[in-house]
Amino acid sequence: MGRYLGRKLAIYLLTFFFAVTIDWLIPRLMPGNPVDTMVARMALRADVAEVLRSYYIRAFQLDLPLWQQYLNFWIALSRGDLGISTWLFPQPVIAIIYRAVPYDLLLLLPAILLSWIAGNQAGAMAARVRWLDNTLLPLSYILTATPYMWLALLLAWALGHVAGLFPIAGAYSFNIRPHLSWLFIRDLLWHWFLPFTSLFLVMFGGWAIGMRNMIIYELEADYSRYLEALGAPQRLIRKYAFRNAMLPQITGLALQLGAIVAGTLATEIVFAYPGTGYLILQAVQNQDYFLLQGCFLFIITGVLLANFTIDIIYALVDPRTRLGMTGE
Amino acid sequence: MGLRVENLRVYYRTLSGYVRALEGATFAVSDGEIMGLAGESGCGKTTLGHSLIYLKPPMTYMEGRVLLDGQEVPIWDMKRMSEFRFRRISLIPQYAMNALNPTRKIGRMIADLLAAHGVDFREILPELKRRLDLVQLSHEVLNMYPIELSGGMRQRVVMVISTLLNPALLIADEITSALDVSTQRAVCEMIVEFRNRGFVRSTIFITHDMSILYQIADTIMVMYAGQLVEKAPTEVILRSPHHPYTRMLIASLPRVGVRHRQERLQGIPGAPPRLLDPLPGCRFRDRCPVAFARCAEVPPFVEIEPGHFVACWQEI
Repeated sequence: MGRYLGRKLAIYLLTFFFAVTIDWLIPRLMPGNPVDTMVARMALRADVAEVLRSYYIRAFQLDLPLWQQYLNFWIALSRGDLGISTWLFPQPVIAIIYRAVPYDLLLLLPAILLSWIAGNQAGAMAARVRWLDNTLLPLSYILTATPYMWLALLLAWALGHVAGLFPIAGAYSFNIRPHLSWLFIRDLLWHWFLPFTSLFLVMFGGWAIGMRNMIIYELEADYSRYLEALGAPQRLIRKYAFRNAMLPQITGLALQLGAIVAGTLATEIVFAYPGTGYLILQAVQNQDYFLLQGCFLFIITGVLLANFTIDIIYALVDPRTRLGMTGE
Repeated sequence: MGLRVENLRVYYRTLSGYVRALEGATFAVSDGEIMGLAGESGCGKTTLGHSLIYLKPPMTYMEGRVLLDGQEVPIWDMKRMSEFRFRRISLIPQYAMNALNPTRKIGRMIADLLAAHGVDFREILPELKRRLDLVQLSHEVLNMYPIELSGGMRQRVVMVISTLLNPALLIADEITSALDVSTQRAVCEMIVEFRNRGFVRSTIFITHDMSILYQIADTIMVMYAGQLVEKAPTEVILRSPHHPYTRMLIASLPRVGVRHRQERLQGIPGAPPRLLDPLPGCRFRDRCPVAFARCAEVPPFVEIEPGHFVACWQEI
């Protein structure tokens, strides 16, 4: 087990290194630079703007050679310093991300977990109830093929704009300040419903299809047939099939995490939901290298951590992985 | 008392019609008898074996009766069959090596299966351990996952599980087909040993390998294209087969001491018929050297001498 985790950890560290390097590089490959955008926004006299511009370039160390910027970036990162945002100057990037992260978690965790659980249950049921199979399966195929952003637009238009049941922007009403009260929580949930539903539905379809196919495969497996021939009740056979069909679904969750996070970004932008996705859009539009880096860094870390957790869970639930590790 | 099968007909339902895989089988297997069921692929031997325990679509029950110790076995009723499966009629499947749930410890799986039949695992554990000793498996296997065992060990585990409740009838379906010859021998000896110790009463041993049946079977029943062809004590069927198909089948076996470089091994010309729309009457007649007009009717499976049944018009 220790060796397995050690090897996994090494792979994840390497992935982290490359991902962060790319994360640092990509904003710098964009045309233009953040200081120009920042100074332009101030609408100063040309000579003052020039002075300010050269000052900021030195302050953000954008005049250094690229390799030195890269080195400085790692040094700052090791101290937990992600720099100062140019868009929301002079707020530190860390503080901005801290404000956004709760909204990401509020949206992502329930959407991922609930869709995974509900999708698996529904898929397992569809595998044995014919009418459910005939209705749920085509629906799931449509849902899973839907881009997150498109379904989000559709829901915002139908339930928000036409029916007027739900708000289509923000995490809470503009006239309420975040505080702990039933009024605020209700308002929060009311704003949360549409983005959550759009994410939930798309993911649900994928999990339901996967589970349904896996269960059918497992019910056809030799061990299921043997149990049936020996008169084991369907309950026991289904229980075995479900447990075994869950294993690929756990792997699927690990593989899907990256895509899910990307989907959340689009959803947050559609609903102007103040999570990291929304920040990324703002950072790109304002050429805010540091904020963009910070947001991606947060996503990279989150996805890698989640994957690592799933690796551990997988080793715990599948004896074949566990035994394969010691048997090597 | 043993097993009695009367006029059993089982077809497969397919999109292009019924595949007539088992046509009016009537035979008996007595207590303590190991009956070898032989025939080439697709002759219906597995259909016969499975229909006695687990008649699942697309298999379709058409007619016939099955009596075990004088009691009617409702093979057409999946639900009522649950009482018979495992306790009275059991199966060692063709895929015995993969018959165990890969993610469950073997002991836990056995306990789950026994609990489903209302048997307490702890009560039966001493007997289970004795039987593991008998097939030379360590008691440790109960605490292991199937992947920790070799294929041969897994098969022995399945043999022990299938016979754990001392069934009256055991169906062993091609259990030696995927094994090397020395393991085949060990498996065959186990089947005989299980019978001798009274773990199982009657056994139907399905195989396409006549030479194995010679070693372990008391009687051999030969099938061709869904029809019973001949049943007789092993010695009789090997020394003096009566049905032309059995004769040609026996003649096609290699014999010790014969150099096949000089004498070419005999085969049976032609191929078995498609069972979707077979010839009426005896299905062997288009390959049969002695066929005549009457063969267009189905020949009855008659007893020409005690314990020797043949379905051929030449014998009547």
